[in-house]
Amino acid sequence: MLAVLPALTGQLGGAGDSISQILSILFYVIFIVFLFYGQRIQMYVMIREVEGSLYKLKYIKDEGRRIAIETIKELGKPQTDPSARVDRYLDYFTITPQSMDPAGIVYKLDHILDVRDTRLKDEVKLMAPASDEVQINNLENTLEAAMALNYIYKVVRHYYIQGKKTLSLYIIMQLQMILPLVMKEAEAYASALKAFAYGQPIGDGVGPLVAAKLMHGYETRKVPKDCVVAEVPLEGRTALVMKAEGPGGNVGKPGDAIKAVIDENKGKIAAVIMIDAGLKLEGEMVGEVAEGVGAAIGGPGVDQFKIEEALVDYHIPIYAVIVKEDIGDAVSPMRKEISDSVDRVIERVKSVILERTKEGDKVIIFGVGNTIGIGQ
Amino acid sequence: MSENSSSATKKISTYLTMIVLIVLALSMVALISSVNLMVEGNEIAAGYLLIIGLIAMALSLYVMIQSRRRIAEMKIEAPKVMTTIECRKCGFKSLREFQRGDFVFKELEPCQKCNEKMMITAIYKEVREREKTFAF
Ligand SMILES: [Zn+2]
Repeated sequence: MLAVLPALTGQLGGAGDSISQILSILFYVIFIVFLFYGQRIQMYVMIREVEGSLYKLKYIKDEGRRIAIETIKELGKPQTDPSARVDRYLDYFTITPQSMDPAGIVYKLDHILDVRDTRLKDEVKLMAPASDEVQINNLENTLEAAMALNYIYKVVRHYYIQGKKTLSLYIIMQLQMILPLVMKEAEAYASALKAFAYGQPIGDGVGPLVAAKLMHGYETRKVPKDCVVAEVPLEGRTALVMKAEGPGGNVGKPGDAIKAVIDENKGKIAAVIMIDAGLKLEGEMVGEVAEGVGAAIGGPGVDQFKIEEALVDYHIPIYAVIVKEDIGDAVSPMRKEISDSVDRVIERVKSVILERTKEGDKVIIFGVGNTIGIGQ
Repeated sequence: MSENSSSATKKISTYLTMIVLIVLALSMVALISSVNLMVEGNEIAAGYLLIIGLIAMALSLYVMIQSRRRIAEMKIEAPKVMTTIECRKCGFKSLREFQRGDFVFKELEPCQKCNEKMMITAIYKEVREREKTFAF
């Protein structure tokens, strides 16, 4: 448009003489400004974009804090206002062990995570004295989601302010490039927070849901740590079905639990089958069931390491059945497609057992994931 | 710290609204003077002013609507979560909204038809599919 104007004025001349002159000067000024300050203008556009997302992040994290405090007040009936304690909780950090000499680091990390878990749980008990064990687990999960939101906001704000201070295109550009993914994660945490606050099952809970469906009606007993196991007859085999203990928000420690059960049976286990939610690629359907080998478990890797170590000692094969979902589905209330996939998962597990084990064998079936809102 | 940056961002946004308002006012002036010129008979100049005025007005309105929409987008959507209750004996099924304290395999009050206890068999949310579909 701007390029056409001076051409037009040139042709038409005469009539609007002074105006055509002003317009052509204006055109040159704009041309020069864009020539020298184009990059800077582009940067301001990016900064504005980041700013918009930062607004939204701030809103999300404040909302998260508000929901967390409200839930604590509602369930925990504290004598004093928990806001100050919550704010302190949100800034809680964990230092991972030094990895220069990585031998034995798994157990160090495991220890640190245990300390963190106990510490945070005690903090929640102080904040919400009237709540029961299930509610404490749910509140801890809620606060952890709020913590994650707080951290995301702070990091994005850090790079935003740094970018504005240095006016470096590259700092702003890096931030602007990853922003869509960051926002998606933040929104996932926000919906997770709500689900945790209400105690609703989340997409990640599909593993425990399958295990619960298999073990329902059979006697369960506790195994370390925070897990339950039930002996279930399945296709002529004995299945030791395991999951984290529900219905509070809890993932248990599958590594320790599987090791304990294998040791109890002196290694006479024909197969371990793990059921978990798996990250889907764009284009795959939510609730698709897939099968493979290996320890299907996320998290910091401590449990995967322990499971693999326990299996190697006795040469036990390990199979995995996963339900596809994306990160947003995994932490927000369970979608119908995922809930409906449970029967298909059980069929798959049965076919694995029939194909890979003999009658009378013992197999371990572990439903990995957060068991919030799922009993047994 | 957080208060600090929020006041900074607020300052920037008021700055922006000021610019938008100024541009809007200028575009008004351009439109009015274009009408004046038209009356005087200087049609070409009037045309230019009309074009400039319209473009400026469209741009400022666009920026304003954009920032409005951003505020509207800032809501965490909360989909309805449903609880399915089933009677294991007679198969009686009912659906209701999730209530705090519900969990899968929780036993509830006895069934209306027989006297067997009812149980929660599923808790899920239904997502209205509004994702774009692609050819592959
Ligand atoms: Zn009934």
